[in-house]
Amino acid sequence: MIEKKLTTIPELENKCADIRSNLLNFIYRIGMGHLGGELSMVEMAVALYYKYLNYDVMNPCKEGRDRFILSKGHCSETLYTIFSDLGAYTQDYMVENFECLNNYKFGMHSNRKKCDQIEVSAGSLGHGLPVSVGYAMGARFRNENYRVICMIGDGEFNEGTNWEALMSAGHYQLNNLVCILDKNQLQMTGKTCDIMNIDPVDDKVRAFGWNVIDVEDGNDMSQVCAALDQLPERDCQKHAKPTFIISNTIKGKGVSFMEGNHKWHGGGIGEADLAIALADVSKMRKV
Amino acid sequence: MAVKTTYDFDMMLSNAREAFGEELYKMAKEGKEFVFTYSDNVAPSSSAGKLLREFPERCFNFGIAEPNQVGASAGLALSGCIVFSQVFGPFLPLRAADQVHTDIAYNDVNVRLIGTHSGVTAGGGPTHNDIADLALYRAIPNLTVVVPADADQCCKFIRQSMEFSGPMIIRIDRAGSSNVYVDDYDLEIGKAIETLEGTDGYIISCGSNLYECLMAAKALKNENGLSIGVLDMHTIKPLDTEAIIRVGKKTGNVVTVEDHSINGGLGGAVAETLCEASYKGNFKRIGMPDEFAVLGTPDEIYHYYGMDRTGIAAELRKMLGKE
Repeated sequence: MIEKKLTTIPELENKCADIRSNLLNFIYRIGMGHLGGELSMVEMAVALYYKYLNYDVMNPCKEGRDRFILSKGHCSETLYTIFSDLGAYTQDYMVENFECLNNYKFGMHSNRKKCDQIEVSAGSLGHGLPVSVGYAMGARFRNENYRVICMIGDGEFNEGTNWEALMSAGHYQLNNLVCILDKNQLQMTGKTCDIMNIDPVDDKVRAFGWNVIDVEDGNDMSQVCAALDQLPERDCQKHAKPTFIISNTIKGKGVSFMEGNHKWHGGGIGEADLAIALADVSKMRKV
Repeated sequence: MAVKTTYDFDMMLSNAREAFGEELYKMAKEGKEFVFTYSDNVAPSSSAGKLLREFPERCFNFGIAEPNQVGASAGLALSGCIVFSQVFGPFLPLRAADQVHTDIAYNDVNVRLIGTHSGVTAGGGPTHNDIADLALYRAIPNLTVVVPADADQCCKFIRQSMEFSGPMIIRIDRAGSSNVYVDDYDLEIGKAIETLEGTDGYIISCGSNLYECLMAAKALKNENGLSIGVLDMHTIKPLDTEAIIRVGKKTGNVVTVEDHSINGGLGGAVAETLCEASYKGNFKRIGMPDEFAVLGTPDEIYHYYGMDRTGIAAELRKMLGKE
């Protein structure tokens, strides 16, 4: 279990501000990232790693741990930042080992063979949910009680493999599988509804045999925690509906000039922009 | 020292597609721990049916959705299972290429993908031909790719794979093929078997085509007095380059035979190996030319493209000036 477990909403909210600040500094230093989607998922990732996951970043291969699989692998810098905050590495170490030729632990797209805290390598979209289905089936077969939680992006939801995976998870009634849709409504070149509309996603997912939890504001920690409190008990043998959380978020959340702007999908951040961004996210602190 | 084969006999039928399921069933009965994933369209048409009936708790049907099957197999392996996954040959590399690359190979997991109905053996025309897989697999890191020559060799690979770390692809055909090996022998992944020694030339092949190569060598011996060796290159990756260079330099005449496009498969791999070793001898690839294949039974197609014993022997006669 993590030592720095946080329980109250204000504690978790302050942690989100810390993570946003550290993330911005990290991406400023390495010169590349996907800040839009990385910032939109912060509340959900912080809630999971600091409160809900049975997971210890210092003992990442521990048996029985919950598995978090970030299918939108281009947002891995958020995870690295959390691992760093939880004591696994320093930010200097992450910068030194970010996509360097001979000894890279940290990449724009995460690699499980390099970074111990990464459960599944990611980058190509539409892979996380099928692998998570197998992972959840494996937990049942091996009679180990842990949750398999997969986060996907709404742009990524265009990929047909997600729908194959939804079908099989519903068919096998994988009670211990959770899918979180980080629905920030933007993808690389514009609005998801204009590029390839996935709505009404709740009805579609329900039709595949999932239980759906809708989080109206996925950047509101109270709502995020209320949703995660509803997850079923860890019982891999129980045949029941898997859980699909629709987390409605804002791309670039917390940074005034990034919010809702798809042009911040990918890239680095300059010194002047960094200063504004850090000032913006500091205002998110509750105390 | 060549391993004793059935090249002096004729038509001892075996069927790897039948045998692998039987072997999995035997291993399950022995208490070996593994799971089996499959597509709806293939398992019932193999002996895996017995495994499905008696060990249903470890068998998972993914319907007709190969990418999800391969991705989920990676997840099962990550959870700690050894996974055998049967996929209809042509739809494994073509439909699930990204999953083989990213979920299986990049994650480096213990999944043994069994591609059945390989080459042109499925019938049904080019949509059901599996002639580009080896070219794809050769370019993906971490994969071990084996092509058993007969049912017994297939079962040896299945058993060996329980102790093997990392992803493996076992490529088998649909039809019954002739049994190649008589004596027991050591099978080592990545080490070619010299099934027949030769002094005039060598055929390098894999899979069920190996039997036709042995028959071609027999005909060349009887009719032309030629001594043609045959290498069973059962492992396409990692490739036994030492054996290829050795037989190439020994005779200066090399022919490859494969039920795959001549582009990028075994023939391509052997050509690259010989070229980099400064080989100056004769070389010919026999396989599917760069076209969608004609329709017919495998035997008819093999004959049409010169992949049967007659065509292989004719090519060697031409190469050795015995026309």
